[in-house]
Amino acid sequence: MTRAPLSLKIAALGGLAFLHVPLLFILLYCFTTEEKSYAFPPPGFTLKWFGVVWERADIWAAVGLSLKVAVIATALALVLGTLAAGALARAKFFGREPISLLFVLPIALPGIVTGIALRQAFGLMEIPFSFWTIVLGHATFCIVVVYNNAVARLRRLSPSLIEASMDLGADAFQTFRLVILPNIGTALLAGGMLAFALSFDEVIVTTFTAGQQSTLPIWMLSELIRPRQRPVTNVVAVLVILVTFLPILAAYYLTREGEAVAGSGK
Amino acid sequence: MHAPAPPPVTPAVRFEGVMRHFGAVRAVDGVDLSIVPGEFFAMLGPSGSGKTTCLRLIAGFEQPDAGHIEIFGEKVEGLPPYRRAVNTVFQDYALFPHLSVGENVAYGLRVRGVGRVEREKLAREALAMVKLAGMETRRPAQLSGGQRQRVALARALVVRPKVLLLDEPLGALDLKLREEMQSELKGLQRALGLSFVFVTHDQGEALSMADRVAVFNEGRIVQVGPPEEVYERPATRFVAGFVGSANVLEPAEAAALGGAARPSSLRPEKIVLLAADAPEPTGAAVVEAGVVEMSYQGAVRRVTARAASGLHLTAAVPASASAVAAGDTIRLAVPKGAVQPMEGEG
Amino acid sequence: MSLATLAFPEPREGILRRVSDVLVRRARLLTLLLLVPPLLWIGLVYLGSLFVFLGQSIFSIDEFSGTIVREPTTATLLELFRPANFDIVLRTVGVAAAVTALCTLLAFPIAYYAARYAGPKVKAGFYLAVMMPLWSSYLVKVYGWKLLLAKEGAIGWFAGKLGLAGALETWLALPVVGGPSLSVSYTGMVLTFTYLWLPFMILPVQAALERVPPNLIEAAGDLGAHPGLVFRTVILPLAMPGVVAGAIFTFSLTLGDYIVPQIIGTSALVLGQAVYTLQGTAGNIPLAAAFSLVPILVMALFLTLARRTGAFDAL
Repeated sequence: MTRAPLSLKIAALGGLAFLHVPLLFILLYCFTTEEKSYAFPPPGFTLKWFGVVWERADIWAAVGLSLKVAVIATALALVLGTLAAGALARAKFFGREPISLLFVLPIALPGIVTGIALRQAFGLMEIPFSFWTIVLGHATFCIVVVYNNAVARLRRLSPSLIEASMDLGADAFQTFRLVILPNIGTALLAGGMLAFALSFDEVIVTTFTAGQQSTLPIWMLSELIRPRQRPVTNVVAVLVILVTFLPILAAYYLTREGEAVAGSGK
Repeated sequence: MHAPAPPPVTPAVRFEGVMRHFGAVRAVDGVDLSIVPGEFFAMLGPSGSGKTTCLRLIAGFEQPDAGHIEIFGEKVEGLPPYRRAVNTVFQDYALFPHLSVGENVAYGLRVRGVGRVEREKLAREALAMVKLAGMETRRPAQLSGGQRQRVALARALVVRPKVLLLDEPLGALDLKLREEMQSELKGLQRALGLSFVFVTHDQGEALSMADRVAVFNEGRIVQVGPPEEVYERPATRFVAGFVGSANVLEPAEAAALGGAARPSSLRPEKIVLLAADAPEPTGAAVVEAGVVEMSYQGAVRRVTARAASGLHLTAAVPASASAVAAGDTIRLAVPKGAVQPMEGEG
Repeated sequence: MSLATLAFPEPREGILRRVSDVLVRRARLLTLLLLVPPLLWIGLVYLGSLFVFLGQSIFSIDEFSGTIVREPTTATLLELFRPANFDIVLRTVGVAAAVTALCTLLAFPIAYYAARYAGPKVKAGFYLAVMMPLWSSYLVKVYGWKLLLAKEGAIGWFAGKLGLAGALETWLALPVVGGPSLSVSYTGMVLTFTYLWLPFMILPVQAALERVPPNLIEAAGDLGAHPGLVFRTVILPLAMPGVVAGAIFTFSLTLGDYIVPQIIGTSALVLGQAVYTLQGTAGNIPLAAAFSLVPILVMALFLTLARRTGAFDAL
């Protein structure tokens, strides 16, 4: 393999730097003593904002809500996404293509459309906004992440493994438990991780389905529009990066042997 | 030679008018067959001839659209694979990649609720039987093709099937290994006294291993019988051409060579090349012909020659026979009984 | 042989095994049963909501009472073409186009390097370096740019140190792209969007470039083509499906966003904000629905065109 031209190397590394430098600045501003503006360079350094965050009940309530929503939305998405993948991975029937497109729709359409549509439906059916309306919205777009991962793995699973299991005396449920599940387990785990990260971070749909409750992204959004103690937001942002970083990294290693992480955007 | 078995005993497997269609494709199109307990039965045919679908119908992976299937007298239509006393060795072996070799072999025992100690012991014995003692903790990915094949065999045999189904099990092995496995499979089958049903597209394999061969074409069985019979007396043009090679003769040509006035087959190795000064053998038809083509194939030479009547004959003669070249005029003798009439077309 | 003499228990009969009998026998029933719960969720809950909402674009709003008049009319849809509203559509499509162009420009070297020159280790590193920002928090990323673009922020400071303050001033004084500061200009908005969606462009472009056989490039080189010519005549056309696939993301994501323009950018509305205010404070659901149809229609058009270039193979 030939060596890359220097200009290409610089452009490529510059592009990657562009992707990462802004995140470093967020980290830097956690330690600034200036709380009214984003003055650069920071006039002084302090660790006090970490203490402030620790004391703030509103932040921890938002974190708690976000975690609860993410866990339940992920669990729902795991069940529904796996069922959909099981039905669509191999079966051939009329309407298969439109149905698989349907599962992708919630992330293909702008979040604002999904959000308003759900809000309208809740209004129409007189469902009051609650924890469960948030979960419902999140699960809707998390299904596709699980579905994508599961369907890719199922398609690589040799159908003769399932036949061999039944041939040896296992019924459908034993075959699922002893053969299918162990073979798609890591794909489901990866899908679940990504769904969790997606839900933990979601703001657009949540804006419309949350009512008075505040998830962590909703809390951050209000801080971005009307900043109060700016470095506090930075500390929370770093926290969010850490919470989403780990599952994404885990998902990467879980699916590395096989296909690329089969997820897509927000 | 085995008799074509009019079974007084209950057949191990019986098909009666079995059909299986996939859309417009008639994969299995009215098959009747009867497999004797303890016999090594080969299903031979080109790809798409319906042999594999028949195997899958026995295993329960497919259900017939019409007809009946019995295993040891029990009607099995509609029964799922896990309720049938047959087991399969898959073409791709289908070993579970997430389980060790020992766990693979013990799988059938595990789903039957056999205790851990007991099933580990049985798995060890089964692995020893296929000469893989001590490999229990390996992963299937760490094994060679031949070893995987043996694991698949042990896994199917450990649950004591009444019939063992083998789907082209030797297809992925290289020649030397294949010959070794052929004799080993045959030995196992004799020792266990089980019926083996073996699907293959390799006629040499079918002839050398089977007690009886069923030749498939286009979803039907065109001939079934012991290997010698199928080879010596092919029932149709298709069998004559697919099982070995043969000169296919029109009725008039057959009659001229001493056979009946029926469409007939004549195996090349039955034809004798007469030396220039040799006397005409009695009871044989002798044809004078011009050599069109000659090819050397190690043990034999294949000589294609054209007689004045327009008849083309291909003869396989010992390589040591006197050399001939294209353009030579030679005499070919067709011994009595070498021309075999064929019953059907197809 | 011991195998032939041993007996072991038959599997236990139970209700599950009976159910299994039916499911194995009837594969279609199994598919249907698997499909019902997710389809109820997505088909009924999601698609139902979507139709109810978008369907209201054929209703109109009573100007005096502010209530929805439930009679089919094309008036609301035609309202989109009023200059004020049409400007919003054009402005948003313009921003989306600029973002897509900038993403392509930045993504290409990264994708090209990763696809053609990087060894397996470096490639894995590149992949992670692209995936991490893709999956990390949307709001956090927006926030990062708010910090950088602020008048007193890092970009201004570095520009000053490098003696480029004047250039920045001149840029901000330009019409359209300029503004009082970067954080309240189209430049800032486009930069932020570019940053957000860049990974969505890199991945498909890289996938497309990896499919260009190296011997094709060598062959072109052997035939005497100048590297620039090879790039233009061989690599670029073959990478095009990847660019189109990436553009599907950058375009659609920009069209639907309403949070970035709220935080960074001018006071002039873009599509997402228009929908947001119409359904919220203005309470004009029919017009909000009509506006929502715009990104959906633009994307449908885009997808139809993209299908012809084979962009879907690069996804």
